[in-house]
Amino acid sequence: MRKFALTAIAAAFAVTAFTGTAAKASGATPVPPAQTWSWDNLFGTFDRAQLQRGFQVYKNVCAGCHSLRFIAFRNLEGIGFNEDQIKAIAAEYDIEDGPNDDGDMFTRPGIASDYFPSPFANDKAAAASNGGAIPPDLSLMAKARMNGPDYIVGLMTGYEEEAPEGFSLSEGKHYNHYFPGHQISMAPPLYDEAVEYTDGTPATLEQHAHDIAAFLKWTAQPELEARKAMGIKVLLFLIFLTAMLYAVKRKIWRDIEH
Amino acid sequence: MSAPVWNNKVVKWVDDRLPVFTMLHHSAYEYPTPKNLSYMWNFGSLAGFVLVTMILTGIFLVMNYTPHADMAFWSVERIMRDVNYGWLIRYIHMNGASMFFICVYIHIFRGLYYGSYKAPREVLWWIGILILLAMMATAFMGYVLPWGQMSFWGATVITNLFSAFPIIGDPLVTWLWGGFSVDNPTLNRFFSLHYLMPFVILGLVVLHVWALHSVRSNNPTGVEIKTPQDAIPFHPYYTIKDLFGMGVFLIFFMFFVFFAPDFFGEPDNYIPANPLVTPPHIVPEWYFLPFYAILRSIDFTVFGIPAKLLGVLAMFASIIVLFVIPWLDTSKVRSSKFRPVYKWFFLILFIDCFVLGYCGKKAPDDYFMGIEGLKVIVVGQLATLYYFAHFLVVMPIVGKLERPKPLPTSISESVLKEGANA
Repeated sequence: MRKFALTAIAAAFAVTAFTGTAAKASGATPVPPAQTWSWDNLFGTFDRAQLQRGFQVYKNVCAGCHSLRFIAFRNLEGIGFNEDQIKAIAAEYDIEDGPNDDGDMFTRPGIASDYFPSPFANDKAAAASNGGAIPPDLSLMAKARMNGPDYIVGLMTGYEEEAPEGFSLSEGKHYNHYFPGHQISMAPPLYDEAVEYTDGTPATLEQHAHDIAAFLKWTAQPELEARKAMGIKVLLFLIFLTAMLYAVKRKIWRDIEH
Repeated sequence: MSAPVWNNKVVKWVDDRLPVFTMLHHSAYEYPTPKNLSYMWNFGSLAGFVLVTMILTGIFLVMNYTPHADMAFWSVERIMRDVNYGWLIRYIHMNGASMFFICVYIHIFRGLYYGSYKAPREVLWWIGILILLAMMATAFMGYVLPWGQMSFWGATVITNLFSAFPIIGDPLVTWLWGGFSVDNPTLNRFFSLHYLMPFVILGLVVLHVWALHSVRSNNPTGVEIKTPQDAIPFHPYYTIKDLFGMGVFLIFFMFFVFFAPDFFGEPDNYIPANPLVTPPHIVPEWYFLPFYAILRSIDFTVFGIPAKLLGVLAMFASIIVLFVIPWLDTSKVRSSKFRPVYKWFFLILFIDCFVLGYCGKKAPDDYFMGIEGLKVIVVGQLATLYYFAHFLVVMPIVGKLERPKPLPTSISESVLKEGANA
């Protein structure tokens, strides 16, 4: 068993150390500071109130330029809205549908099965309205960047009004500590009291940044809670099974010199 | 080896006509296995287990996946969000690829350390290398299917390697792509081949096991089974040992699936493929990094052969060289346990592969481990040099000069001796 444990530990260590150091390689942009999240550690879950605040931030600020293509209104059940609330939220949006029997496209209020409509008709329109830069879709942002949620908080709070001395900032760009290359087209989107929270939470920039990052973590990994809950059961079962298999192995091998 | 007697009438009826039960009896029950195998011998069956897992999860993924450049990314997200337990199936498949390579790389290093490639196991070893090559092709094409940024640009970089060949290079790349860039036809053919290859691997695994069962397993002493006392039947001894190892391995595997599913992946692959935007760092999956480092380490021309072609040749050669090591290794002794000098070279090779992996991940102009003045490209070149020198120079010379420690006369003797020392 000792030999086995050593082998297993060595193998696990080698793999994680290797991929771990490999993962750190990310260039000159500073790593955003690690934040504390409700979903940290094995048992962590989402904070529904925070997700709903984050949704409010998305709806009132981000949605002006950023799409959320992979999310349907029905998915909002996952952040704690009930059916009626979802219907009401969906109905606030105009959705293009059709063609109808006359062959015409028409708009109608959204229903639960609709996806969030994109703010721009296409990438060209998006670029034309944003000085040539296309605002990326946010559905997967928390997975599509290294340390996703930490990065989002860093980006939201990492703006400087003036670029550091010696840094030449292009026309229409903004300086941000955590954006690769530091020049970002997006103007600082959040500030104190950018959104008035319905639950009365103080609307600071920090709070907004954390809430939107949490919401985007959910849009990227809506399965997180189900996954972790199942994972705990699976691991407990496997540990129990493996312990029994080890006992059986000992018994079977008892009389063999090996 | 005696023919088993079947008491069950149905079993007997079938077995008289097609001796599947007799075959299973010989190869999974009675198969005489050295009694001193360490846990290092678990990784072959573990790799087989992961292969089956990959095929099964893959079949279910295909039911929901759309191999079209406009829909592939979306269909993968549908699997993750709307298909019942789709996230579970995909995360198992995604992480399974890494697990497969972990098992196979440990399995290969074990074979290298204990001389499992030496006579009479050369063909067994060759089939193993073919499996590795088939796995690499499969993994590469599978990584393209989600059609994210890394999928697209990885496919572009790797297929472009073939353009290094003179004259046929460019037509070959166009032929591979099915067009003039990586596009929908490329995705379609990669999908088709990604579904085909695992079954090719499965066939090769059957041959691998067949060859194994005819030459028998090597063991930590490298001394062949000589008397019946040296061996024990595969069942129940190694079935239970493999099952226990599988339990431990599954804990490791499932930890990643449930708690760090994107650990082995690149964030960029959650950005839909965009032919107009090149990611700042195009890196392959971790299991290709050492080979990528070898490819990139050749940045010079020799006799007018361009660097790119040399790099491609070096990369392929790094695997092809494994085919001839049964003859490059001149030592009479199999197991490195009894090779006081070679043992250390083996350790260097082991570390060398990790150094290569590190160099493959970093940009060539970065500093190695942050050491000022030590460029990654230079370390990569030295590591590449050692990689080839190990097989082409160290193996033949050390094998000749080294004085191995005395071998135990039999497996049983070594077992008794170790038992007495413990």
